[in-house]
Amino acid sequence: MSDYLHDFFDIPSDLQHSWIGLVGLHLREALLPVAAGLLLALPIAQLCVRFRWLYPPVLSVTTVLYAIPSLAFFVVLIDYTGQTELTVMIPLAVYSLVVLVPAIVDGVRSVSEETLAAATAMGFGPLRRYFQVQLPIAVPAIIAGLRVATVSSISLVSVGMLIGNQGALGNLLHDAQIYNRPELTWNSVITTALLAILVDALLVLVRVLLTPWMPNGTARRKPAPALEDAAR
Amino acid sequence: MNVLNFVNAFFSDSAHWHGYDGIPARLGEHVQYTLQALLLAAAIGLPIGLVTGHYGRGGNALSLVATAGRALPSFGLLVLMTTLLGFGMLPVMIPLVVLAVPPILVTTYEAMRSVDPSPVDAARGMGMHESRILFQVELPVALPLILSGLRSAAIQIVSTATIAAYVSLGGLGRYIVDGLYQRNYEKVVGGATLVAVLALVTLALFWAVARVAVSPGVRRR
Amino acid sequence: MITTAKSSTRSITRHPGAAAVALAAAVALLAGCSSGGTSDDPLKGGGAESGTVVVGSNNFAESTLLADIYGEALKAKGIKVTYKPNIGSRETTYDLIKNGSITMLPEYNGSLLAYLDAKAKPKTVEETTTAINGKLDSKLELLKPSTAQNKDSVTVNAETAKKYKLTSDSSIADLKGVAKDLVFGGSPEFQTRHQGLVGLKSVYGLEFKTFKSLDAGGPLTQQALKKNTVQAADVFTTDPTIAREKFVVLKDPENLFGFQNVQPLVRKGELSKEGADALNAVSAKLDTKTLLDLDAQVQLEKKDPLDVAKAWLKSAGLT
Repeated sequence: MSDYLHDFFDIPSDLQHSWIGLVGLHLREALLPVAAGLLLALPIAQLCVRFRWLYPPVLSVTTVLYAIPSLAFFVVLIDYTGQTELTVMIPLAVYSLVVLVPAIVDGVRSVSEETLAAATAMGFGPLRRYFQVQLPIAVPAIIAGLRVATVSSISLVSVGMLIGNQGALGNLLHDAQIYNRPELTWNSVITTALLAILVDALLVLVRVLLTPWMPNGTARRKPAPALEDAAR
Repeated sequence: MNVLNFVNAFFSDSAHWHGYDGIPARLGEHVQYTLQALLLAAAIGLPIGLVTGHYGRGGNALSLVATAGRALPSFGLLVLMTTLLGFGMLPVMIPLVVLAVPPILVTTYEAMRSVDPSPVDAARGMGMHESRILFQVELPVALPLILSGLRSAAIQIVSTATIAAYVSLGGLGRYIVDGLYQRNYEKVVGGATLVAVLALVTLALFWAVARVAVSPGVRRR
Repeated sequence: MITTAKSSTRSITRHPGAAAVALAAAVALLAGCSSGGTSDDPLKGGGAESGTVVVGSNNFAESTLLADIYGEALKAKGIKVTYKPNIGSRETTYDLIKNGSITMLPEYNGSLLAYLDAKAKPKTVEETTTAINGKLDSKLELLKPSTAQNKDSVTVNAETAKKYKLTSDSSIADLKGVAKDLVFGGSPEFQTRHQGLVGLKSVYGLEFKTFKSLDAGGPLTQQALKKNTVQAADVFTTDPTIAREKFVVLKDPENLFGFQNVQPLVRKGELSKEGADALNAVSAKLDTKTLLDLDAQVQLEKKDPLDVAKAWLKSAGLT
């Protein structure tokens, strides 16, 4: 048993990282794109809320982008960004954007007219109203989007293995094959799944902390249909 | 280096239109994988979602199962299943079904829960059998949302079925994986275009099905 | 969507901005904690740092092992080395060494030549080197070849060998009448290479029933042959599973797969004289038997390639 455990965590030298190193690398490759996606999605979503006519075309563009398989996206980018982490992270950021824009738009739109009118009556300017009223009320929807984006991002990083060791924990899958070491495949799948569950739980916790006015964490709401589409 | 040139070159090459590696064959395989996985996932997700949604029980358990399902990395699962089970359809179907069950399960449950309780109570008051309530009262109302769950599962399968090519199966992923190793961007871009088109066709199909299947009284938006 | 919006307005206005600030903080934290760490990431692409030799490898076990052997030999001479292993096929690695992302790559002379010039038919190793140098990108050069050879091959499984009475004396040409009934397996790139399906057709006139894309002589290929998913496949002649699974390697009388000596490909002027000497010294000691033995240590005994490389260099007196 201890032998097996030893093999389990014995990462081949060509991956150039310890197990913990791979975990860190995986988190970085998965989470940075989601953060970038969020930073981009906020202004885009705000534009879509402000100019309603903009939303349908934005949605169709993002849907098409989302339909491009990650591997093809990686391969085409190699010519521009090389066989690097960046090549993996750019498509993941795009996919996050696709999930987050509708989530934020739905969330911000859900703020009722009365609430907005009340804020205006209290002397809130548009900027202050956005940051202090609309965005906080949209937090549950945004976090719901973030959960989907993050979990799928963590899963997709593994595919980066195919473009030359750029898949962090996914690289274990290749080494498992060429060195006939199936325990490394188990390691990759189990570790990746645990990371996803852990980060997902953390996001739920963040939501509970950020929305003290909501009934406790178990409160479920209907997911935005647009969001479900992007839940891969 | 222009993507459109690649697309053009790929589709105008007559060699890409026949044989076991031709577009019709690969497209057929891809559609076959997608349908098989979607049917399997629906066979698992729909009944469970309908029943739990009808009785309003097990929502938390369902969301746990869904979270676990989403957390499992499709690509890793594919390699693992190939290692354990060898070649064939099963190792490919398992990750695709694991991917597709959560959206179907969760949306079906939510769809059933979102049905207005008053007509359900009325039906029950009229002495309607539970199974008739489920199929004749709740299901028609819940159908649009249920279809959206199936649609999102289908889109994800279409896009993800490309990884089957890594373990030597066919489908449109063949062009992408082969193109990567042969450094033939025409194939990669052509394959990706076909996948994207297939995804959009899937969207259109679901839209059409919703038009036909959803009763006009329910079609709100 | 959020039904509680109306009733919650009061508590929000009482804590103005708290939630928004917290959200921003969470995002910043997420970005911050995840971007820390490896600034000298060896996997980063682009040009190599001057003075550092970037050793690349293709996506199969032996290539990584060879990269480790040559790389560690350089390190022993005090040269700074970073590795970029498991990149992919030659189609990709050749471009990467051309654009300077990697400095050195363990190559196989015949495959490289076939990639550069499908029509070349060299008779000797020296001719192969000359032919390659004639076609090679001006920024690249070959060092001395080793005698260690690892060829692509047409290999059939035991079942097929029995069915068509093929032995180790049979040749690829003997498949002529039966190829149309056989499924052939190989790496995706094998399908479009001259030293692959293209050459099997033009040189031997073989057209197989279908081609199944597997991996570069790796476990997928071994498994597919063993399970008879494919009846014939491209297996590397140094593959330790050939003997174990009683696969039959067919002779190649037309020499389609040519010479396949391990030979380092490097960027001109980016390796010191001392570095080039170190690599040539490795090649001088590396022969096919050694390579077979080292491959078996990695693929069958599951030793780490880097450890195997270091141990061999030491035993050969190269470090």
